[in-house]
Amino acid sequence: MALPLEVRGLCTTLFTRRGEMKAVDGLSLSVGAGETVALVGESGCGKSLSALSVMRLLPDPPARIVGGEVRLNGRDIVPLPEEGMLAIRGKEIGMIFQDPMSSLNPVATVEKQIVEVLLAHTDLGRWQARARAHELLELVGMPDAARRLDEYPHRLSGGMCQRVVIAMAIACSPSVLIADEPTTALDVTVQAQVLALLKKLQADAGMAMVFITHDLGVVAETADRVVVMYAGRKVEEATVDDLFETPLHPYTAGLIGATPVPGAARAERLADIPGMVPPLNALPQGCAFAPRCNRVMERCRQERPELTQPAAGRLVACFAAERG
Amino acid sequence: MNDASDTAVLLSLRDVHVHFNTPNGVVRAVSGVSLDLAVGETLGLVGESGCGKSTLGKAIMKLVPIAGGEIRIEGSDIAPLDRKQLIDMRRKVQMIFQDPYGSLNPRSTVGRSVAQPLALAGWKPEAMAERVETLLRWVGLPSDAKQRYPHEFSGGQRQRIGIARALALSPRLIICDEPVSALDVSVRAQVINLLEDLKGQFGVSYLFISHDLSVVEHIADRVAVMYLGMLVETGGRDQIWQRPQHPYTKALLAAAPIANPRIARSRQRTVLQGELPSPLDPPAGCPFHSRCPIAQARCQAEKPVLRPVGGGALAACHFV
Repeated sequence: MALPLEVRGLCTTLFTRRGEMKAVDGLSLSVGAGETVALVGESGCGKSLSALSVMRLLPDPPARIVGGEVRLNGRDIVPLPEEGMLAIRGKEIGMIFQDPMSSLNPVATVEKQIVEVLLAHTDLGRWQARARAHELLELVGMPDAARRLDEYPHRLSGGMCQRVVIAMAIACSPSVLIADEPTTALDVTVQAQVLALLKKLQADAGMAMVFITHDLGVVAETADRVVVMYAGRKVEEATVDDLFETPLHPYTAGLIGATPVPGAARAERLADIPGMVPPLNALPQGCAFAPRCNRVMERCRQERPELTQPAAGRLVACFAAERG
Repeated sequence: MNDASDTAVLLSLRDVHVHFNTPNGVVRAVSGVSLDLAVGETLGLVGESGCGKSTLGKAIMKLVPIAGGEIRIEGSDIAPLDRKQLIDMRRKVQMIFQDPYGSLNPRSTVGRSVAQPLALAGWKPEAMAERVETLLRWVGLPSDAKQRYPHEFSGGQRQRIGIARALALSPRLIICDEPVSALDVSVRAQVINLLEDLKGQFGVSYLFISHDLSVVEHIADRVAVMYLGMLVETGGRDQIWQRPQHPYTKALLAAAPIANPRIARSRQRTVLQGELPSPLDPPAGCPFHSRCPIAQARCQAEKPVLRPVGGGALAACHFV
């Protein structure tokens, strides 16, 4: 059987007045049923544009998919016309974004917004859909669900809005759920609630989940596998344990060293990565990370490393890591 | 009050209240906070949004008026200060903000922004130029930065500019309000390291306000936890992390993601239910009782006060 989500060689380019920028450059990614793959990187690394590409929600212009495949349950959705995507989004693939307030319609009640999804994608009648909306709100742990159905989003807290968005995302039992920084705007105790909820819903329904975040703490808590991106490319992929225990790419090691771990032996200084992420229109020749890398070699400045497989289930794009 | 008694107290808060009048009623953003900060100490102030931690920082800078209580800096009460004395006070206490871009004048060169506190303090132009060079060097910016404008810099560099400006008059205390929350992971570590280096170099103290517990654990000597405008626990960093006493502190620590999958899996997680009550209508009695796993009838009626719970820590809970 085909995997729920399989991305192969995805290339998304930004066509701007300053020239073409490869925002996503040859990304491959596969997610199995019930699996959570975290897509990690700093701002501008292409993680959100990758997610928008998969959902075909790119702002066009300037962004356009220029190559690669996105296979959803075996079918490539890149060539589909927009009408085809309308039938897929919300049904086969659910989405959750960072800012729940702006993903909800401010002038529609919670019930209306959930019912709309159900009417668009299922055979349910209006009354059945309303009953189902209530069930869904209970399922996502909305306090006082019956009363919240008639509320407008501005009456709800950020955490409650995110629960509504999650209810809409899972309303049609999609096989793939894409969550783009779903807890970044939430307070830490509410973040814990939402993460626990997502994990539970995923385990119950066996959804494949792509979890996009910049927070390594959230990665360690939720992911099975991790893909690290830098300047539009995948630089490392591993299981969550392998990644944190033996990061192979110097960038991954740098990110982990730069994140304090409470309760661990206290380092006097955090290991910082010098410099900053280069802008996409001024990427260095060779490896994009070379100017910031502590293991840089002459070769890295000339030639771009391709992904290699140093061990089963691991991928890394680094000449230094290849040498060990 | 705490173990700061044998060292010099730099900042002392006694029963500080801050109220805001809104169309929907009075918000008690800070209600009755007492706290000491010793010379050379980094005090982490943590809590979730709306707990009053930023408001408290602003009250110390006299950017918002207090409705009651007393704020003393090096022993002198800041309430009666006139405009001139206030300028003097602000030499000793400076602040850096979460959004460095929002706190820099976009039409002013970096050199002018950094020099502004010096100009206000009456420095001569030559001495000022030299000082700006030194400050930029200390925070790791190239010296040609002074002719450039804030938009030419990245977020991390802008935060360095903010730090350079805060350091200009050699303050004793810097109030850091979420200084690294808007920064990327790798740049965040650079700024944290810079703050620690500067502390070692100049003996400056920090009041470090943050919602990010792992950053506070890394940088703070002592920690104060706020909930709905009140302090619920204070104590040494290790004390708070290894033996938290207040149920809210415990819940906050349990909720913080840990960037280590093995530790993350092995720890017990009790996910706190519910959300912060509205500060317009805080619960009677203990502010935390509506979400507290060990709340009893007494908590709804009687507000607990901070009291010693061992190891130099204080907690405001009837049942610890």
